[in-house]
Amino acid sequence: MFDFCADPDLLERGRWLACYLTTPKHMMFYQSFGVVILLMLITAPVALGAGFLGALATRSHIAPLRWLGKFYTSIVRGVPDIAFFLFVPLALDQGLEYLRHKAKCPDWDAPIRQGSDFVVCAQAKLPLSSTPQVWHELYGVALAIVAFAFVFGAFSAFVLSGAMNAVPRAQLETAEAYGMSRRQVTRRILIPQMWAYALPGLSNLWMILIKATPLLFLLGVEDVVYWARELGGSKTSAYAYPHADWRLWYFLALLVFYLGVTRLSEIAFARLTRRLSRGQPTAQGMKEARKGAPA
Amino acid sequence: MMSCIETIQSYGLRSIGLGERLLPRTDFTLCDQFVLIGSGMIWNLYFGLGALLLGFWASIGIALARNSENRFLRKPADWFVFIFRGSPLFIQFFFFYALFSQLPREGVPINLGVVQFTAETSWLTRAWGGALITLFLNTTAYAGEIFLGGLRSVPKGDLEAADAYGFSGWKKFRRITFPTMLRLAWPAYTNEAIFLFHATTLVYFSSFPARQQQGDALYYADYFASKTFNPFIPYPILAMYFILLTLAVVFVYGAIYRRLNRHLPSNQKRRIRYRPQLVR
Repeated sequence: MFDFCADPDLLERGRWLACYLTTPKHMMFYQSFGVVILLMLITAPVALGAGFLGALATRSHIAPLRWLGKFYTSIVRGVPDIAFFLFVPLALDQGLEYLRHKAKCPDWDAPIRQGSDFVVCAQAKLPLSSTPQVWHELYGVALAIVAFAFVFGAFSAFVLSGAMNAVPRAQLETAEAYGMSRRQVTRRILIPQMWAYALPGLSNLWMILIKATPLLFLLGVEDVVYWARELGGSKTSAYAYPHADWRLWYFLALLVFYLGVTRLSEIAFARLTRRLSRGQPTAQGMKEARKGAPA
Repeated sequence: MMSCIETIQSYGLRSIGLGERLLPRTDFTLCDQFVLIGSGMIWNLYFGLGALLLGFWASIGIALARNSENRFLRKPADWFVFIFRGSPLFIQFFFFYALFSQLPREGVPINLGVVQFTAETSWLTRAWGGALITLFLNTTAYAGEIFLGGLRSVPKGDLEAADAYGFSGWKKFRRITFPTMLRLAWPAYTNEAIFLFHATTLVYFSSFPARQQQGDALYYADYFASKTFNPFIPYPILAMYFILLTLAVVFVYGAIYRRLNRHLPSNQKRRIRYRPQLVR
């Protein structure tokens, strides 16, 4: 980074630190913060979409669809989310490879599960073993996003269906009296009105999503936790910048980073709530009620 | 091929180091998976119950400190809650493990003038000690926030009535403020308990090592999933155990809630609703 970094052994303390904190590996560490934020920004709308479908399903008039919606929202809330983060990517990967195997290699007669192995033909591998490393990593990240969206979709389905139930019944009945069909009532009355009711729950979910992002580490993504462990571990003189075990300081930095992100989100959501409840007596009433209710 | 009874005998307490040492390596039966994952639940129960029992009292202290007029009590408590609620539990585990492993291995000498002794530190780097402390601090912060909400919504009339009866200080708190706060905060506290049990699965997936493969339920589920490369059996078993645990928590907390509300007319009683408001 700096010109004076050519020989780390000769540096005095301040410059040593400046050089140390700008090594290529540290640059990758800083980039991984961007990856985490990017992942949150991608996951949030995907999960919201999944939650929206889930919420509509729990209100559906078709019984199997309603059961499916209820099952989805309750199973995810009853089981630790980390179990889903471990289960969904593996299950999805095997499911996709199984389907591709059936489609691409119909004349393959060996069983797919052989004891402790999962064997599909080479053309069915995802991604193909010939593709460059970048695609393998992107595939891993995509599976992680699906796992997050699966879990947070269920949470947001719960929040959104609560919000849909909170829209005053009189509003919906009035729309029906005007001759709107069920679909029209949902699209023109229910969905526009529910957001003010959903916002407190959704802001809570966003906080939870932020705090779930370090679990990416468990899915093999090179995220902030990976780099903090990698860089913080003690480095002997075999390395250019030897130091003792500094993991404590790296994790302290991560704690501060997350505290900052949650604090900023809190401020942003407080503004948004004020904005959305402007001129809405119901939302304002809810806000007052929330002040009294245990948080 | 062992029968299922033998499997229970040899692996039922495997997670706490009793019984057969060697984990099965091939030919995993359904029974193996049920028994070992169930054996791992002992740790989930230990961490969850331990943190809840310790955290309950500490969180009431935190709530009282945050409600106090004295800013030297209020500010530190506010910061404590902000730090533990605002950061991921996963990172907290890593941080505390790094902190505890920096302590000198031979113990810290403590000199109290008359007596001098050495404080043991090695247990802090073990999951049963260090992870329990981390979970305890975490649940104290979350429950402290919940009880603060309860404390702030104790009806003014109740407190004025207590004053009118000549209650003051400790007696007023013991007889009026504390039971009402507990009653108001209980539904939210139930959710906190459920999610605390869910959070215990993080212990062996963060920095705390599982010695001699003695881990929690998720540790064994992951072990089976990676050995058999088939996630469709161990994870549903784990899910089943956790749903049972969640139902048990709802049952026990529901019974306590009914007891807390026993003086109210039945039309004022509300059932506990399971809300996913407090995950970390």
